[in-house]
Amino acid sequence: MSDWLGPAEWQALALSLWVSFFATLLSLPFGVFIAYALARWQFRGKHILNVLVHLPLILPPVVTGYLLLLTFGRQGAIGSWLYDNFGVILAFRWTGAVLAAAIMAFPLMVRSLRLAIEAVDPKLEQAAATLGAPRLWVFVTVTLPLILPGLIAGSVLAFAKAMGEFGATITFVSNIPGQTQTLPSAIYAFLQVPGGEGSALRLVVVSVVVAMGALLASEWLARRAVQRIAGS
Amino acid sequence: MSLLVDIRHRLGALDLEISFRAPGGVTALFGRSGTGKTTVINAVAGLLTPESGRIELDGEPVFDTRSDLSVPTHKRRVGYVFQDGRLFPHLSVRQNLTYGERFARAKPRASLAEVSELLGISDLLERRPGGLSGGEKQRVAIGRALLSRPRILLMDEPLAALDSARKAEILPFLERLRDHTDIPILYVSHSVAEIARLATTVVVLEGGSVARSGPAEHVLSDPGMVRQIGVRDAGAVLPATITRHHNDGLTELSVSGGRLFLPEMDTAPGTATRVRILAHDVILSRALPQGLSALNILSATILALRDGDGPGVIVQMQCGEDRLLARITRRSADVMALQPGDHIHAVIKSVSIARTDVGAG
Repeated sequence: MSDWLGPAEWQALALSLWVSFFATLLSLPFGVFIAYALARWQFRGKHILNVLVHLPLILPPVVTGYLLLLTFGRQGAIGSWLYDNFGVILAFRWTGAVLAAAIMAFPLMVRSLRLAIEAVDPKLEQAAATLGAPRLWVFVTVTLPLILPGLIAGSVLAFAKAMGEFGATITFVSNIPGQTQTLPSAIYAFLQVPGGEGSALRLVVVSVVVAMGALLASEWLARRAVQRIAGS
Repeated sequence: MSLLVDIRHRLGALDLEISFRAPGGVTALFGRSGTGKTTVINAVAGLLTPESGRIELDGEPVFDTRSDLSVPTHKRRVGYVFQDGRLFPHLSVRQNLTYGERFARAKPRASLAEVSELLGISDLLERRPGGLSGGEKQRVAIGRALLSRPRILLMDEPLAALDSARKAEILPFLERLRDHTDIPILYVSHSVAEIARLATTVVVLEGGSVARSGPAEHVLSDPGMVRQIGVRDAGAVLPATITRHHNDGLTELSVSGGRLFLPEMDTAPGTATRVRILAHDVILSRALPQGLSALNILSATILALRDGDGPGVIVQMQCGEDRLLARITRRSADVMALQPGDHIHAVIKSVSIARTDVGAG
C-alpha cells in the first residue's frame, strides 16, 4: 500500500484528513449554537444570520476564498489583529486551509443540525425544566442526545465537504505541498504536469474510497443512535 | 402547604382573571375546554408568564408583577405531570425517575424503591419509555415528578389520553398519593367523575374567572353549579365508611344520614371512602316507600329547589351532615308541592352507583 502511493501523494492524503478533521471539529460548536438559535429563538436579524450562514453554499468558492484572504490575510482586518496579538498567521498555512474548509462546510452542518433540533419536542425540554434542571443541563442531557443522529450526519457531511473543498482553499492558502496541498489541490497540480496522470488517478481512487467510507460510517452511527433513542 | 393564584392574562378572545387559594390535598381545576385551566397550571409552573398578578407557593411568591418577580421554572420546584407523559425517550425508566433527583434540595421523602412500589412500576425500571403502555408511561411520569421532591404536584388532565381501563388502573394510585403523601396536588380536569373521586377542593372556572371554589362536597352538591358541571354529571359526593360485606354480593356503607348498600367492593370494612350519587339516580318520595325494590332510602330535608333549562328541577337536600342532589321533573315537584324545609325520602338504586364512582376517601 505504501508503495502504491508516492510520498507526495501520502502527504496530500494525510493533510486532507487532518484539515478536514479540524475543520469539522471547529465548526461543530458554532454549528450547534447557530442551529439552535435559528431553530428555537426569535430575534432581530434572524433572516440575515440565516443568509450569512448559507452564503458560502451559493457564492463561487473562489469569491469566498478571496474574501477570506481580504479579512484573514496578513493585511486583512482580522488577520493583522490575529498576528499582532497572538502571532497567528492563517493565509498560506494549513490553519488557513482548516478555516476555509470549515466555512465552506458550515452551511451543510447547520442545515442538518437545525432539522434535528426542530424535530426535538420543546415540551420535553419544558418537562426537564419542571424537574429542576437548568437550561444548559437540559440541553446537554435532553436536547443533545436527541439530536445525536443529526449531529453525526451533519459532521460527516461537513467532513466530506471539507475533503473536497478546492476553490476557496487554493485562493486563500494556495497550493503548497506539505503545507496547504490537500487532495483536490494535489490532483489539480498533478494534472498540470506531464506524466502526472498516474498520481492523479491514484488520488482520485483514494478520494472515492474515503468519501464512501465516511458515508457508510455515518449511516451506521446514525442508525445506532436512533436505536438508542427508540429502543425499549 | 398551600398555593395562592391571583392572575390576569389575555388568552385569545378570553380575558382571564383568576384568583383562588388551594389548601393541601387535591385541588381540582374544573371547567370546559378553553376556560383557561391549562393557562393557570402553566403559570404556576412558570411555563407561561401571565400579564399581571401574583402566585405564591407556601407563602413564598414565585411570581409577582408588582415586584417584577418571576422565578424560572427550574427553581420553582413544581412536579408537573403532563397529559402526554413527556418521558425522555433516550433514557431508561430508572433514569427518567431519577432525572430530577440531583436538583432536589433535600433527599426525596420517598425513595425510588418506595415510589416504584407505590406506582407499581418496579418491574419496568430498566426498560425504555418507547416500549411502555400509555398507563405505564403515565405512572412513570407521576413517579418522576414525585421524586424531584416538589412543593406541589401539577397534573394537567393526566388521564385524558387514556382509555377507561387505563384510567381505572391509575386512579387508585392517585388516591394513594393523596392519602399517603402530604404533597398538595393541583389537578386539571374536565371529568366530573375523576374530580368526584379525587378532589378535596374544587375550583370551577367559567368564562375566564372562578365561578365557585370550596370543599369538593359543597361545590359538587351546589345546585347553582349544575349548569357548569353538566346536568348528566351533577351529583353529590358523600364521605362514607365501609361497614360490612354481605354474602349476597352487597357491601354496606354508613353515611352520616343512614346506610347504603352498594355492589360488592373489595375494600376492607372500616375503610373510609367516598360515594358519588348522581342527581338523576335519586327518586324522591313524600312517604316512606313500601314494597319498593330499591334498597337505599335516606331521609332528608329539602334545602333548595332550582329550575334547570329544560323540564327538570334540581333539589338540594340535607341528609345527615351531607348534602344530596336529586334531579326530578318540574311537574313532579309541582304535584308533590315540594318546598324548602320539607321532609323527604331519597331513594337510590344500589346498582346505579357504578364501581368507578366509589373511591378511597
